[in-house]
Amino acid sequence: MSGEHPTPSEAVLRVQRGDATESKLVEYRVPVEPGMVVLDAIHWIQAHRAPDLAVRWNCKAAKCGSCSAEVNGRPALMCKSRMDHFKPDAPIEVRPMKTFPIIKDLVTDVSWNYEVNKRIAPFQPRAGAEWRWKQSDVDRAQEFRKCIECFLCQDVCHVLRQHEMKHQFAGPRFFVRIAGLEMHPIDAGDRIGHLRDHAGLGLCNITKCCSDVCPEGIHITDNAIIPLKERVVDRHYDPLRWVWDRIRGVPAAGA
Amino acid sequence: MEKYETREHDVLVVGAGGAGLRAAIEASAQGASVGLVTKSLLGKAHTVMAEGGIAAALGHVDTQDGWETHFQDTMKGGSFLNHWRMAQIHAQEAPDRVRELEQWGALFDRTPDGRILQRAFGGHKWKRLAHVGDRTGLEMIRTLQDRGVHQGLEVYMECTLTKLFVVGGRIAGALGYWRESGRFVVFRAKSIVLATGGIGKSYSITSNSWEYTGDGQALAYEAGAELIDMEFVQFHPTGMVWPPGVQGILVTEGVRGEGGILRNSAGERFMWKYLPENRRHEYAESEDEARRWLEASVAGKQTDARRPPELSTRDNVARAIYTENREGRGTPHGGAFLDISYLPAERVKRKLPSMYHQFLELADVDITKQAMEVGPTTHYMMGGIRVDPDTAASNVPGLYAAGEAAAGLHGANRLGGNSLSDLLVFGRRAGAAAAAYATSITATLHIADDEIEAETRDLLAPFGRSGGESPFEVHRALQVLMQAQVGIFRTASDLEAAVEALAGLNARAARVAVEGSRLFNPGWHLVRDLRNMLMVSEAIARSAALRRESRGAHSRLDYPNLDPASSEFNTCIVREHGAMKLTTLPLAPMPADLKALFEAKSPVAQS
Repeated sequence: MSGEHPTPSEAVLRVQRGDATESKLVEYRVPVEPGMVVLDAIHWIQAHRAPDLAVRWNCKAAKCGSCSAEVNGRPALMCKSRMDHFKPDAPIEVRPMKTFPIIKDLVTDVSWNYEVNKRIAPFQPRAGAEWRWKQSDVDRAQEFRKCIECFLCQDVCHVLRQHEMKHQFAGPRFFVRIAGLEMHPIDAGDRIGHLRDHAGLGLCNITKCCSDVCPEGIHITDNAIIPLKERVVDRHYDPLRWVWDRIRGVPAAGA
Repeated sequence: MEKYETREHDVLVVGAGGAGLRAAIEASAQGASVGLVTKSLLGKAHTVMAEGGIAAALGHVDTQDGWETHFQDTMKGGSFLNHWRMAQIHAQEAPDRVRELEQWGALFDRTPDGRILQRAFGGHKWKRLAHVGDRTGLEMIRTLQDRGVHQGLEVYMECTLTKLFVVGGRIAGALGYWRESGRFVVFRAKSIVLATGGIGKSYSITSNSWEYTGDGQALAYEAGAELIDMEFVQFHPTGMVWPPGVQGILVTEGVRGEGGILRNSAGERFMWKYLPENRRHEYAESEDEARRWLEASVAGKQTDARRPPELSTRDNVARAIYTENREGRGTPHGGAFLDISYLPAERVKRKLPSMYHQFLELADVDITKQAMEVGPTTHYMMGGIRVDPDTAASNVPGLYAAGEAAAGLHGANRLGGNSLSDLLVFGRRAGAAAAAYATSITATLHIADDEIEAETRDLLAPFGRSGGESPFEVHRALQVLMQAQVGIFRTASDLEAAVEALAGLNARAARVAVEGSRLFNPGWHLVRDLRNMLMVSEAIARSAALRRESRGAHSRLDYPNLDPASSEFNTCIVREHGAMKLTTLPLAPMPADLKALFEAKSPVAQS
């Protein structure tokens, strides 16, 4: 049993404590056992030092996406952050996700994400479709459906993190969700206009930070965002299609 | 008294896992105004951790399958304590519920001819589990979540309910607090569906999340509902046992369904020894036959070979691993080896991607090259709120229950894959019946202020105490007690001692103190959860003491055999004059046409 470093008997955690009005890093010394993850250390602090330490978690197996935080400055699931992957003699710093308003300690207000989701047109099967398809037809969409909604991609995305453009940008999580719907073998919904005009797909300049932090290894940029960008371009910026649409009397895009 | 918010709905659904979401979608589709309350964020409920699949007799892989066999398997798996009518409805309706989920956007794995693929699981005679790799629960909850948000439900996230109000013998509403702010909220409702899940956090080794504190069972009990079969707690045979930080985390039964072999420290494939005599004929009798079964399974072909012994029921496999350890043939960390590394690595990664990553990242084990080390973990509660099989109604008018919080479908032991189908079948029925009941009522009932005030005062009391213990300490003591004395193997003396110790823990819990403010305070939240866990634990221990036999998940060292007289009743807990009263209820007699399904056939015909 070993990670990158041998398991020391004790670790120091510096955990952000506080609410929207004020917060600071508080240091805790925590006994360490083999295979321990940062979430275990947070639970030890809760049980022995600070029972009011606020943290979200559910499955502890990287399946529910509840325990997102920033560990040593990197957005990560605490249940997947092995203690023995950090330098044994340096404190481990644990902060809440920066992109969302803080509620208390490591818990942030992620309700905005749920509002964004409601505006996405739901699954709509093609009329008369046969409910049979090959495994290869679903493999592509299943990649996107692995998303556990940890919102780490939303946290790291600079459009949301630095530029705070939540009002006009849905963020990588919801491009993944839309890609999952668009690539469903028999979905007939149309989300291309929404992607351009409301979800702000054009604001993404494909830096791939979102793909880097995804705990499910979804190729968010390459497999979801770029193909969706291509669909938007095909629909709205293809000059031949533009002329053809005008001839057929289709209203201009975004109207 | 401080001010509180009030919300009003026809139907209030408590719990947003598979059962709660399906109930809320149905009630809303029937035209009711629906509020859906969840302790966590939406989409995080335990259903996301269900991995291996959803049981439904679609007959896509094994064409012989049908609802009758699913019904038989479920009754046999539950050792015939199941309510026959629930098992019948479940087996008959599960295929439609799976197809419906697909029509709402779920993407299941496919057969070569393009239909929903099905895999093998313990106790199921045929390959019956529709699945999506090993993340079936996530697919299910996401599909329901996305369906629900377009259905006009009002979702109240991170809200804990602590009391149900009953006025004139009928449900009137509930009180709770927002976890974020600690402020109180009263929900006025004509009917309530409890879909709060299980009780696993009463044990120290568990696959369950912090939410599994028996809230629904305790809320219902305090409102006057009957709880049945509380002695039947399922210990899933395969949880992770090493390293300590991951102990208890689930290893899907899909590993065994895909060919995983269990061995002890001597390398012996021990499950052959533990097959129950009366069902031995259903399993392969040699390594060769088990291998032929697997080869056919991998190729998607039918075969005469019978399934491997690892696909025995969960209660049986859990006891086998436990016994191997007790007799000195366990692994270094007290479990068994589960090996699937003999299959091609690509197949393992494709069929069990989450397991591959889980072991690689949390335990440094590459399951395509090495065996996993696994052992029993507290997983599922078969007992719970007694409900009417057709409507999911409890004995309290206006109160309904579905999913793990309800009882009756699974009897003494649940078959893998039957919980996801349970959630959909009875979630839908509960939602429909709760909506119908709500429409039959003209107005919500008035809840007296002093009842609300008494509850809020009680909730805030731990803040004012000084010098009390931390609730985390009492919780830890409860988990150790339940694991040691009300675990896989039970005895009269252990159970009696446990009941006595629980009284002591109740007294300690009544004196715990809370630090900090009401803002998102897990210590404070645990105080109420603890009260629920203590109530449920007492119900488990008392019911277990009454059942003097070994049946399904309930194993008594002092009564190792089935007792024919105990085949006739369910245990029943009800609150009377503030105290826990334990009785028995006779089983509902099975109609002749269903009974005929079990009439003796030759072993050959059954295999």
